[in-house]
Amino acid sequence: MREVPTNAPQGTQAAAGIEEEVLRLLEEVPDPEIPVLSVVELGIIRYVRVEPGAAGQQRVVVGVSPTYTGCPATEVIQGAIRARLEQAGHREVRIDTVLAPAWTSDWLSESGRAKLREYGIAPPAQSVTNVRHLFRDPTVCCPRCNSARTERISEFASTPCKALYRCSACLEPFEYFKCI
Amino acid sequence: MSAQAGIRSGASPGANHDVEAVAAAAVCEAREDATPAGGTQHDVRHAYALHLGDTSLVLAQRLGEWVGHAPAIEEDLALANVALDLLGQTRHLYSYAAGIEAPQADGRRRSEDDLAFLRGPDEFVNLTLVEQPNVDFGHTIVRQFLFDAWQLELLERLQFSQERALAEIAAKALKETRYHYRFSAGWVVRLGDGTQESHRRMQEALDALWRFTHELFVPNETDRAAADAAIAPDLATMRAPWLARVEQVLGEATLAKPADVDYAWHGKRRQHSEHLGRLLAEMQYMQRTYPGAQW
Repeated sequence: MREVPTNAPQGTQAAAGIEEEVLRLLEEVPDPEIPVLSVVELGIIRYVRVEPGAAGQQRVVVGVSPTYTGCPATEVIQGAIRARLEQAGHREVRIDTVLAPAWTSDWLSESGRAKLREYGIAPPAQSVTNVRHLFRDPTVCCPRCNSARTERISEFASTPCKALYRCSACLEPFEYFKCI
Repeated sequence: MSAQAGIRSGASPGANHDVEAVAAAAVCEAREDATPAGGTQHDVRHAYALHLGDTSLVLAQRLGEWVGHAPAIEEDLALANVALDLLGQTRHLYSYAAGIEAPQADGRRRSEDDLAFLRGPDEFVNLTLVEQPNVDFGHTIVRQFLFDAWQLELLERLQFSQERALAEIAAKALKETRYHYRFSAGWVVRLGDGTQESHRRMQEALDALWRFTHELFVPNETDRAAADAAIAPDLATMRAPWLARVEQVLGEATLAKPADVDYAWHGKRRQHSEHLGRLLAEMQYMQRTYPGAQW
């Protein structure tokens, strides 16, 4: 899993403990569109911080990056994070939208990739570290039969993060999590 | 501080620095002696963000008109997805603009929604190209292609803006725009080099829309001031790479590049074609009729 940077004020034990607990809670918050993935596995949690809040309370601050600028799930995700943390007794929660550095599909965790495949969605086929990869068609393997004989039906699919493919071996259509 | 270092410091830390991007950065020159006084720069940042936000919003609204009407379900999804990305970009740009603008006469601050729904056509500063009607799928694709190619050149430079917030939005939007461009350029080739009928329609669309591309590269006062402050790239430097990109695709699509016209439309100077008023009337109807309505 990609390490989520934490930044404890004054490095207090208590704060560090809360941060770890919050991170565990976030692992239980699913992506609303791809519920097998947690928001942590999706790679959109940028930091968890604990800072002094109102009336002696601790304020939990979670930095979240949007996957796509217009993804309607962004607000649902923020609501779900807030709800989960409040349910666990964190009364003061702030969610920051973090744009930079921009989220990339490279940040999907290994366990996230495996879960995507099991769920029937082909995970991103290549790293985007080299920008030129984005202009070349990657080899996308069928998540069902693992054949590399697949064809792209549409650059876009049911959510902003996916494209539509079809397997020429088993003939099943499937969704592909785009590299971005 | 060297010009290069100045550009770098404005870049978002996670941007993919590859050779092309760095080369593009060299074009977006930082001029230390040209930073206007605080008040002026404040206005320039605001005006520039509105220009980009208005452009994205109007195009998103146009593309949204296709939902449920596109020639195939895949294209329906594609146009809606592109519209969604543009809408997302608009929200970031409007939120930024709303955050730096002065309060209204009544002391109230405008929100991103106010900027979208409560300004009239004479206040919008979008490119005239994007307000042109959909006509048919060919017109829509040609409009999108000409715009995507421009936005790609713009964002590759804007991600190195001295204005950090704009650099961050640009770096994020650039990833999406690369996909949009691949989609629209792909369709230009398929339809241009397709059947006789599709070729005819694509050429007609290109002939009708080319006149609006002049504005893409003619800077107005905002563009010039933004470029002087290294907030935005110099539009003039973008035309050659844009044209090279466009000509290559048009060649592949067997489409003829229309002759350039001298006349420039000035949507970004609030001088719009007759189409913007109707588009906004439809988009803003709900908020105008039921102010503050929510669901």
